[in-house]
Amino acid sequence: MTLDAVAFYALAAMLIVSALAVVLSKNLFHAVLWLALALTGTAGIFLLLDAEFLAAVQLLLYAGGVITIVVFAIVVTERLVGERITQTNRRIAGGALVCLGLLWMIVTSVMQRPLATVRPEMSGDLTRAVGDSILTKFVLPFELLAFLMLAALLGAIYFARPEE
Amino acid sequence: MGLQPFLLLSSALFCIGLFGVVTRRNTIGILLGIELMLNSVNINLVAFSRFSGSVAGMVFTVFTISITVAEMALGLAIVILLFRVRRTAMADHLDLLKG
Repeated sequence: MTLDAVAFYALAAMLIVSALAVVLSKNLFHAVLWLALALTGTAGIFLLLDAEFLAAVQLLLYAGGVITIVVFAIVVTERLVGERITQTNRRIAGGALVCLGLLWMIVTSVMQRPLATVRPEMSGDLTRAVGDSILTKFVLPFELLAFLMLAALLGAIYFARPEE
Repeated sequence: MGLQPFLLLSSALFCIGLFGVVTRRNTIGILLGIELMLNSVNINLVAFSRFSGSVAGMVFTVFTISITVAEMALGLAIVILLFRVRRTAMADHLDLLKG
């Protein structure tokens, strides 16, 4: 096995274990920490796919930003209730059945297709290519995204305003 | 390393996230499941982009990451607001719209 494959399977095992811990752990705070591990592992997968810029964005925005706001939300809500929030799952059998069925459908269709086994050579700096196409070919979605961020910011402030 | 292992990994993560969304009772737990699902989609996009030799998938991954951050900010704001008003975060207690 090449070094790439070893790294991939180690990361994949870590991702699956931490994802299962996210959906199964009783303590909500532990679930968030497991989610941070899963998101960091995803950044590793991005590195294996030569997307260094996306790995950095993943660490900064997801593992940094999202985890922080979720932790804040848990702290604030626990304070409002004045007790620790535990959480349980319900309808585990039905949910597992649906998810395993979906997994089986996806896996069989992925297995049947002839998929690429070699990566095409991508010349030059991938980060530069991503930046170039964001500001040329995909500039309209990029501007729409700015609008969406503004709307989300205003919405979050509106929801979180103090009560009159 | 072909494309297939990446697709299988991302489908497994997607299904685990879906399991979290359908079985969690706490709304914050449901949001964490959604987060896992979106994350697996990003792996899929980057893998297809790298193996097809075009950067479009990576550009769209940048977009989905930003949209997810916006979604999480709004979702958590709504959860906190619900907590203030209803004093609960359990999804099955939030049945105000049920006739």
